[in-house]
Amino acid sequence: MPSRATSPGRKAPLPLTVTAVAALLFLNIPVLIIFLYAFTTDESTYTFPPPGLTTRWVSVAFGRSDMLEALWLSLGVALLATLVALVLGTLAAAAVYRTEFFGREAISFLLLLPLALPGIATGIALRSTIATLNIPFSYWTIVLGHATFCVVVVYNNVVARFRRTSGSIIEASMDLGADSWQTFRYVVLPSIATALLAGGMLAFALSFDEIIVTTFTAGQQETLPIWIFSQLARPRQRPVTNVVAMLVFLLTLIPIYFAQKLTTQAADTEGQQNA
Amino acid sequence: MQKTEIPMRPTATQSSLWRSVSNYLYYRPRLVLVLLLGPPLLFMLVVYVGSLGSLLVNSFFYLDGFTGKIVRHFTLQTYAELFVPSNLDIFKRTIAMAIAVTVADALIAFPLAHYMAKYASPRRKSLIYLAVLIPLWSSYLVRVYAWRLILAKEGILTWFIGKVGLLGALEWILSLPGIGGTSLGLSPIGMFIAFTYVWLPFMIIPIQTALERVPRSLEEASADLGAKPFQTFRNVILPLSFPGVVAGSIFTFSLTLGDFVVPLSLGNSKLFIGMAVLSHQGTSGNIPLAAAFTMGPVVIMIIYLLIARRTGAFDAL
Repeated sequence: MPSRATSPGRKAPLPLTVTAVAALLFLNIPVLIIFLYAFTTDESTYTFPPPGLTTRWVSVAFGRSDMLEALWLSLGVALLATLVALVLGTLAAAAVYRTEFFGREAISFLLLLPLALPGIATGIALRSTIATLNIPFSYWTIVLGHATFCVVVVYNNVVARFRRTSGSIIEASMDLGADSWQTFRYVVLPSIATALLAGGMLAFALSFDEIIVTTFTAGQQETLPIWIFSQLARPRQRPVTNVVAMLVFLLTLIPIYFAQKLTTQAADTEGQQNA
Repeated sequence: MQKTEIPMRPTATQSSLWRSVSNYLYYRPRLVLVLLLGPPLLFMLVVYVGSLGSLLVNSFFYLDGFTGKIVRHFTLQTYAELFVPSNLDIFKRTIAMAIAVTVADALIAFPLAHYMAKYASPRRKSLIYLAVLIPLWSSYLVRVYAWRLILAKEGILTWFIGKVGLLGALEWILSLPGIGGTSLGLSPIGMFIAFTYVWLPFMIIPIQTALERVPRSLEEASADLGAKPFQTFRNVILPLSFPGVVAGSIFTFSLTLGDFVVPLSLGNSKLFIGMAVLSHQGTSGNIPLAAAFTMGPVVIMIIYLLIARRTGAFDAL
């Protein structure tokens, strides 16, 4: 447990404050630039300041059937990958938390790998395996690839919650006459519900904008990030790409915001949940 | 926790069935473990570890240059190809970038993490925390894309530098061999900025977590013993929070090694490991060479992780 060491009246030295503020600005301003460029009248370059502003690109973007198809595919992939991750991640967290067993360390290490190894390793590994097994690249292979890292995200969130939940409440429930299902439904589930929701939302956000693994596991299909990436080479109608980029950013922002709210409510700004 | 009405047991038979299953399971923790761990472990082993294994196997095959077919015989020929000067350059270039980005991220992240952990009020801290978490989780592609707009020749940064009257300095930097290019958006400098930007949150969070764990009493003791603030920082805070820097560097290093989005969006056309893997498996269908290329970052990261574990970096995760 990190101690909350902030004491009132302790003032930061000025250079520290300045560099901290500069880092925060560096971290958050660049994305706003995209918002500006989504409304520029300049169609083929990134001239600053924009020669004029217009909202017509929003309707142009939503009139593009290739964009809408990509959007639906991305939503479908993210939804299924999140569901798979919720089930598998929770099971793994329950197992690792509940019991001491041989190889437990190895399993926590294994569950760190999909995030610690470069995404390209996961991607090319899956691609060569899928190709070797003669499985056609499709919606399902994209979901399979996303599920690997989504499982890890859910696992991290749920296992952190389990560590903070006392195991004795499960025993107490059983002692009071509840069976396994009742204990799960009325004791375990409520205590991990917000962690599940937070982990699920983060997994969703991660899947929705994933591009590295997807590049390898998708066949002809284009998810929204792949669509954006393929647009980079095209100089015409650039603001359409900007509108879509803005949309992707906003769509991932909402689940992240709520996931963060849920975890801080539960843990009271502990700074523990991690990538 | 809110009150939940727990329904009475519906029927005696159903409940006694559940009850006996519960009892049965309660006395067999091993069985419960297998039931819980089975599905996720099977998934991770088959899909993830299995694929990595197949990748390793593939890297020992080779592509017949004449037939264009993959020959499934054990050979080190593909690995030997990695040591061709042009391929060695790809490794050197990528590793140099990963080191530069990691150092820059550590330098930028530390002051912010320090401020968060030691000076910010709880309210301000949670605000900053959100301002770090949103970039951490939000679309990485979109955030790279933003730099394409910012660094473009006609874009906002060049415009700003022009307003400040430093265009001469910019041109001088861009003319430097090795790091320069035709514009910021098409140079290694641009890639370096974008990489540093996208991976920065991965460095801030572990450092902040590590700093939170340095007890105030140690700092006070150091001050009582006559250390100046900088000495306390140098001899107490920095060594104790260093595992956090190492933990952060796992991400910044690994993510840079395997990325192809930033080099493809911003670089001059010089190859990086990620791009090499992408092009070898794609157009030429040379999966063995792509696999051998990938083994580079994988081996580097596994060694890195093993060393990092010794410094206690995993506790800062």
